Amino acid sequence: MTDPMSLTAPAPTANGAPAPADAATVELRGLRRSFGTTTALDGLDLTVRPGELLALLGPSGCGKTTALRMLAGFEHPDSGEILVDGEDVTAVPAHRRDAGMVFQSYSLFPHLNALDNVAFGLRMRRVRTAERCSRAAELLELVGLADKGDRYPHQLSGGQQQRVALARALALRPRVLLLDEPLSALDAKVRLSLREEIRRLQQELGITTLFITHDQEEALSMADRVAVMRAGRLEQCAAPAELYARPATAFVAEFVGTMSRIPGRLRASDATVAVLGRHLAVDGAPPSTGGAADVDVLVRPESLGVTAAEDGEGRVVGTSFLGATVRVTVALADGTRVKADVPAHEAGPLAAGAPVHLSLPDRPVLVAPRTP
Amino acid sequence: MARLTARPAARPGRATTPWRALVLTAAALYFLVPLAASVVFTVDVPGQGLNLDAYTRILDTEGFLPSLLLSLGLAAATIAVVLLLMVPATVALRLGAPKLRPVVEIVCSLPLVVPPIAFVAGIGTVLKWGPEHLSRTPLFQTFVAVQNPDFPLVLVLAHAVMALPFVHRALDAGLRAIDVRTLVEAARSCGASLPHALLRAVLPNLRGALLSASFLTFALVLGEFTTAQLLGFRPFAVWIVNISGSQAQMSVAVSVMSLLVTWLLLLFLAGLGGRRTPSSTTDRK
Repeated sequence: MTDPMSLTAPAPTANGAPAPADAATVELRGLRRSFGTTTALDGLDLTVRPGELLALLGPSGCGKTTALRMLAGFEHPDSGEILVDGEDVTAVPAHRRDAGMVFQSYSLFPHLNALDNVAFGLRMRRVRTAERCSRAAELLELVGLADKGDRYPHQLSGGQQQRVALARALALRPRVLLLDEPLSALDAKVRLSLREEIRRLQQELGITTLFITHDQEEALSMADRVAVMRAGRLEQCAAPAELYARPATAFVAEFVGTMSRIPGRLRASDATVAVLGRHLAVDGAPPSTGGAADVDVLVRPESLGVTAAEDGEGRVVGTSFLGATVRVTVALADGTRVKADVPAHEAGPLAAGAPVHLSLPDRPVLVAPRTP
Repeated sequence: MARLTARPAARPGRATTPWRALVLTAAALYFLVPLAASVVFTVDVPGQGLNLDAYTRILDTEGFLPSLLLSLGLAAATIAVVLLLMVPATVALRLGAPKLRPVVEIVCSLPLVVPPIAFVAGIGTVLKWGPEHLSRTPLFQTFVAVQNPDFPLVLVLAHAVMALPFVHRALDAGLRAIDVRTLVEAARSCGASLPHALLRAVLPNLRGALLSASFLTFALVLGEFTTAQLLGFRPFAVWIVNISGSQAQMSVAVSVMSLLVTWLLLLFLAGLGGRRTPSSTTDRK
């Protein structure tokens, strides 16, 4: 792959980060798994590069958790293989996988205090008590809880518990770190700060990390690359900016960020689409319909211009104030609703009911087959 | 405003207080009067006034110590058997076959439905039938061994079955309070094998449930009369009934004693279950 994001793996010299030689490459090849009649994974192929944080993003039930649990060794694929540094670990039991995991629900051992929780893995490996304690204390300091070592899980807040869980997952110096929606049970503010903290630690340690989330904002803001899954398959795996700007499929386009569909007509001969009274080039391969066809043009709210005009083709049906911008919902003549972001200071005349004119920038646009 | 918000809070309190007192008093009378009567009966000797003779004589009475020791031994063995059976079963049920839970629950509740008298009749039939048909096989010796009067294993087995409903309930409640699957997976991702994960991550969090299961089994075995009597063994409960014919006062004294001992044990276990273990690596200030 020759995308511009290969700089995401930490350089060996950058701010004292460990050499990427430590970090493992994880490959999932053709993973399949069905539970009864439902197919959780339908031939998943994915490569996580050494030292990168890869977010697995998708709606619930898309198989992302199953994929992670397979990597952890808690599930076994019906077919396919899992490779860590080229070595097949599909048959290796969970406790020998060398993968640290942080769970969605609070998973600390309730009968152990924070320090003993972190030291649990070291105890399983029969590390001597003194070394165990100092290493556990070191890890607690790393997650900013040096003074909470003697607290039991029920005495810690949700955010603190997840930090301890993170320290525990890192205690055995795993080659892969697996995060299963670790922030979803936390409140918004804690989620934000812990998000940054996880990213900082991950970069500091240069550990290959797979992060599961259904929150696209979380995925886009934290990850080096984001893999979008749908129905057990990989839809697209790309850097956040690329994923947002050049979604490979209509599903990715609509799942990541907000997308509006505007009806247009595709002309296959010169790969252009007629939309809002203009002819725009089609971005990527146009849907193979042969000849002319009705399609939807996918547009981000921020690239759609809205100006008040008496003879406008649309009518404002609602506005919501987002701070710097106002999100305006416009109904077109055929009833289609599109969303546009307008700077707050320009949104004055755009009250509900106002006739407006919509404009698109002179850039290639994404098209998708018309949905009924 | 303050008046408005204060009123609804105060009213139910005022209204329920007399009821609470009444119910508490009624319950206390119901429990304490027979108990007090028993105590008075044991210490008030007609014509001699109050003395504790009934209690001091207990130790010297024939059969007291052997029957008590037998009951304690049976209780210990029953607890071991029933826990070894039920802990792995309930944990496995949680982890591997949650759909089977109702089935196990029904099976474990059966001893509550089948009266002990029917149960013991069945056991008696098997014990009679077995030796006749198996006299030429090594199983004959098994039948003899389980009925060894010094330590009748057949009682352990019977009591284990009778304790199933209580043990199952206690363990199920304990397991419900923790997320067994996540704890096991967390332990496994920390490098613990499955047996280690169960031993180090799940069992310690079931301490309360294990203690209450043990206690219920203990109380059950100590007070169990029907099975032991009908199968012809003489543990503590049977001994108390036997001596009550000849020494009524002392048999009540023994009952009062065993009640007190049971209560103390309950308090002790409740205290033990509610406390958290101090950390081995950090100082307490």
